[in-house]
Amino acid sequence: MAHDHDHHDHGQEPPSDIALRVKALESLLLEKGLVDPAALDAIVDHFEHNVGPRNGARVVARAWTDPAYRERLRRDATAAIAELGYAGAQGEHMVALENTPEVHNLVVCTLCSCYPWPVLGLPPVWYKSAPYRSRAVIDPRGVLEEFGTELPDDVAIRVWDSTAEIRYLVIPERPAGTDALDEEALAALVSRDGMIGTARL
Amino acid sequence: MNGVHDMGGMHGMGPIAPEPDEPVFHAEWERRAFAVAMMAPTRGGRYARERIPGPEYLRMSYYERWLAGLCMALVEQGVVTAEELARGTADPAKPKGTKPRGPDDVRRALTTSGSYMREAKTAPAFSPGDRVRARNLNPIGHTRLPRYVRGRQGVIERHHGAQAYPDTGAGDAQALYTVRFSARELWGMDAAEHDSVSLDLWEPYLERA
Repeated sequence: MAHDHDHHDHGQEPPSDIALRVKALESLLLEKGLVDPAALDAIVDHFEHNVGPRNGARVVARAWTDPAYRERLRRDATAAIAELGYAGAQGEHMVALENTPEVHNLVVCTLCSCYPWPVLGLPPVWYKSAPYRSRAVIDPRGVLEEFGTELPDDVAIRVWDSTAEIRYLVIPERPAGTDALDEEALAALVSRDGMIGTARL
Repeated sequence: MNGVHDMGGMHGMGPIAPEPDEPVFHAEWERRAFAVAMMAPTRGGRYARERIPGPEYLRMSYYERWLAGLCMALVEQGVVTAEELARGTADPAKPKGTKPRGPDDVRRALTTSGSYMREAKTAPAFSPGDRVRARNLNPIGHTRLPRYVRGRQGVIERHHGAQAYPDTGAGDAQALYTVRFSARELWGMDAAEHDSVSLDLWEPYLERA
């Protein structure tokens, strides 16, 4: 798919102006004793290796297979998600949004790029970009079409704009014909976009 | 503030461009900028990013905004001087930090949940099912009341308890609600009849409709 954004620095080229500015800032804060380089490494490692959509997919697969878990997710999503070991910054107050044959949920942050880090990791560039933030609320059906997601007219769309410290996770509908699959195989079917609401599974 | 960051409902921003197999970071400087912004002893990074002049905000990539907001906050809050920032070396006359947060502090903060909930000073004014109108407020400072709902009517869907109210620096506790607006109330009769948009709004943003 064609895309056009500002990330051309993949480490092969000479350092860009911004790379030099970041380096200078980091070394200044280091010299001033304000940051610990090992802590910076720990942050990067956490977001590259510990969190990501696989976490959210396990929550969804558990909700599909365990009705009691789904009920706990409805009542207190933060606690239910913590049962699987996912908690922390940007996941302090979670709400699970269940898709049904009648209702499709879509999550956006129009003001910023708020996103449930413990279950989905850091957001993709498109989620943080002006085209998505501007149009998800006014033209959700057009946005879904751009993602190749056709929604029948009789399915209501509920858009959730994360304006405070509540974070949302969409629980997609379980695809038909998956009765024989176990939880792990089901989790493999759950996509990041399905949990944001730009895709149906 | 009525900045370009308040994008809900705008047209003309171009197509959405999903990137297949997108990496978490696209360059080493993005990793470092994100981590430094997370660890620097500053507050209000979000409001700093909102104050990036509109034309620059739109031109910048996401982590360029983080870097710009961080530099603004560092200088405004007196953590570094503008001269230090320009030079890239510390002023020897300035005191040095002694105990920056280490990797264990970071891992703990990233994997255990704190809470944004605060003790409410007063009983909530609204209950689920109440009809409310978002006030027509246009503060110059930070706000979480997007322009596209101001003056529009919605229904209280849920009361979450109280969270720190972001519009005042003091962060006093105010009741927080999920408020559901019909798409037709927000965008007119061309919107689909049963579609809606829900936002999390603090009590001072709302009045009884």
